[in-house]
Amino acid sequence: MLAFVLRRILQSMAVMAVVAFIAFGLFNFVGDPVAFMLGQDATVEDRTRLRGELGLDQPFHVQFGRFVGNAVQGEFGVSLRQGRKVSTLLKERLPATIELSVAAALIALFVGIPAGVYTALRRQSWLSHLLLAVSLIGVSLPTFLIGILLILVFAVILGWLPSFGRGDVVALGWWTTGLLTPSGLKALILPSITLALFQMTLIMRLVRAEMLEVLRTDYIKFARARGLTDRAIHFGHALKNTLVPVITITGLQLGAIIAFAIITETVFQWPGMGLLFIQAVNFADIPVMAAYLCFIALVFVLINLLVDLLYYLVDPRLRIERSGGGH
Amino acid sequence: MRFKLLIGALAAAAMVAGPVSAKSLRWASQGDILTFDPMSQNESLNNTFSDYIYDGLVRYNKQFVPEPALATSWTRVSPTVWRFNLRKNVKFHDGSPLTADDVVFSFERVLKPASNMKVYAQGIKETKKIDDYTVEVITDGPNPVLLRGLVDVKIMNKAWATKHNVLNPQDYVKKEETHAARNTNGTGQFMLKSFEPDVRTVLVANPNWWDKAEGNVTEIVYRPIKSDATRAAALLSNEVDLVLDPPTQDIPRLRQNSAIKIADGTETRIIFLGMDQWRDESPYTDVKGKNPFKDKRVRQAMYQAIDVEAIRRATMRGLAVPTGSMIAPQVNGYFEEFAKRLPYDESAAKKLLADAGYPQGFSFTLDCPNNRYINDEEICIAITAMWAKVGLKVKLNAMPRATYFQKIQKNDTSVYLLGWATATFDGLYTLQSLIRTPAADGKGADGNFNLGKYSNPKADALIDQVKTEIDDGKRNQAMRDAQRIHADDVGHIPLHQQVIPWAMRSNVSVFHRADNRLDMRWARVD
Repeated sequence: MLAFVLRRILQSMAVMAVVAFIAFGLFNFVGDPVAFMLGQDATVEDRTRLRGELGLDQPFHVQFGRFVGNAVQGEFGVSLRQGRKVSTLLKERLPATIELSVAAALIALFVGIPAGVYTALRRQSWLSHLLLAVSLIGVSLPTFLIGILLILVFAVILGWLPSFGRGDVVALGWWTTGLLTPSGLKALILPSITLALFQMTLIMRLVRAEMLEVLRTDYIKFARARGLTDRAIHFGHALKNTLVPVITITGLQLGAIIAFAIITETVFQWPGMGLLFIQAVNFADIPVMAAYLCFIALVFVLINLLVDLLYYLVDPRLRIERSGGGH
Repeated sequence: MRFKLLIGALAAAAMVAGPVSAKSLRWASQGDILTFDPMSQNESLNNTFSDYIYDGLVRYNKQFVPEPALATSWTRVSPTVWRFNLRKNVKFHDGSPLTADDVVFSFERVLKPASNMKVYAQGIKETKKIDDYTVEVITDGPNPVLLRGLVDVKIMNKAWATKHNVLNPQDYVKKEETHAARNTNGTGQFMLKSFEPDVRTVLVANPNWWDKAEGNVTEIVYRPIKSDATRAAALLSNEVDLVLDPPTQDIPRLRQNSAIKIADGTETRIIFLGMDQWRDESPYTDVKGKNPFKDKRVRQAMYQAIDVEAIRRATMRGLAVPTGSMIAPQVNGYFEEFAKRLPYDESAAKKLLADAGYPQGFSFTLDCPNNRYINDEEICIAITAMWAKVGLKVKLNAMPRATYFQKIQKNDTSVYLLGWATATFDGLYTLQSLIRTPAADGKGADGNFNLGKYSNPKADALIDQVKTEIDDGKRNQAMRDAQRIHADDVGHIPLHQQVIPWAMRSNVSVFHRADNRLDMRWARVD
């Protein structure tokens, strides 16, 4: 058990190191932040001086070494665009992104699973056909387009919901939440639906396929033969057995939701980490970009690690295979 | 009964409050304010907010001529010494009075190495306090544009800056945010109330401002909205009152909407093409052993092959004013005679190329930014096609601004597209940066964006004269002569002035400023 966990953690660290290296290497091609920071009137001496102050004049390996050394301490330097600590910036933006992502994940689950069950059980009903058709749109339309369409309908034409922003937020310690104010909740609706739509369709289709599969198995037939009610069979036996892959996928997709939030956050001016990243890209704000990429990689690595550990706990076969000498 | 009394009291309160009731102007544009330190970033949006919170000794009137602000009058004691009389009874937002010490301090701070506003205080050698309400500015030579620069040198409070340790505009070495980045203490029309990056910035009117605004705005709510479509939607759904940069493709639709009005205006920015005129062989052409762009006939052929009207109509959707001048009409030093372009004439262009020894044309690379100016890449695509018709085979190299400027500022280009706005509203700014031959050591402002190194000693002499000439008539004549030489040389190929429409709710009225700053002195919400 311990060896397995250690091996996993070592692998995760290797992944992080590679991501850091690639991220840092890429930044040699995104352009010269000094040109932005000083504007069109700057003199050559100014540029040279600033480059020296930022350490941009040093060779790649020196810059990278310093970057990694600081990064493991959670220190990513100062944003070139805002002149503020990157760690502070990320901490400020984290609540917005987490609230949006969790809301989107919940919507995806609580709409996706029932819709999947329904379309599996009532395959011929018109509602099933409608849901499947809508889900096709969900997977095929790009997120930003869905966001803009929702804004057009609900903000511009109907005027029910705000077209951008996070509404009023309440600070709980360093965490800011929009969940406690009416305007914050209203502002959450459109972006979370936009972000959820893709995952929702994915979950719905997954549940449907799994349900259809399970409903054909022998034990369902036996359950019917035992005279159990439809309700008990569908929800007590069939659904329960479909949920294992759904939970796995959802867990893995949570990372994707956080990463995909970039587009949704940009469309809705949602003040999360994705928006921060996009603006950093436009400005060649290297410290912010590096910190964001490393953070997203860390999220993926942690979720994967967690899922692996869960497998190990849930699935006894894994334990037997790894115990060795038993056969 | 009590209810009625309450209603009565409320009505009375409303009547009293009526004339001074809060008028909030909510406006949006793409980017966000980077810092509130008025000397840390020279960027249009930042300068706009510096204008709200801080004052300079002088400010622009609607004709972009400097008028008294914190200085009530000034005299020129000698060609290099200016004496300013400060306005009395001016208070900073924290209540402390403005004195000469604050002015001296601010003038020194703006010239610190970390300041990005040095350019506006160029040529100031020393600032001396004469008494509490008099300062003397000593320049290192006669300086005819001093006042224009001082518009953007904002006066900060010395005691406040000392207390909060913000004597320096920015410090990247210390890796800490400076106090002045999010806290302000100016003398200006508005006071900073809150700043949430990427969310909103709120400013409220300064009740003790030394001046009275013509407009009626008492609260500014700024909302950065990055996405073009969302910005337009926010205006349509009445969540913001004004959008400074509505997306080009939405303008015709917005014009149709009776709830929205559009303020059209041109920017001082001129979009132009530059050509490598200094190397003996230009790097990105197939011509070996000589540099075709050194030949005026080639440059003129490139000029005359461009159908600028088609670019205005199709590429810019009407949002451009074609020009042959490198200086915009709002700027001192503009002369109408240069606005007329050389005629678009393909056969003339072909003949010029043949005369220059390129009857079959030649090929080269056009460097172009793709996210800096309005439709920049599309303009380059259109020009590439137009040049192809006269035999110039052009490879387009479009790049994002971050990499583009890095490349062309090393002069690593044969032909490039650039835009240049005149921050000081005085032609010297353009002539010196774009037309003056760069200094041999690459230092200073001379030719700092003359990236093809166009060079004509006669123009240089005239521009050097413009730098120090105090007599307005002689100075303008020198600017005119320098532009004549440059136009005759076809030193650059001017294309157009960008039109920058502002979109707003129909109850908002503003004065459209050519430097894209939304000026609250004249803004009204009705």
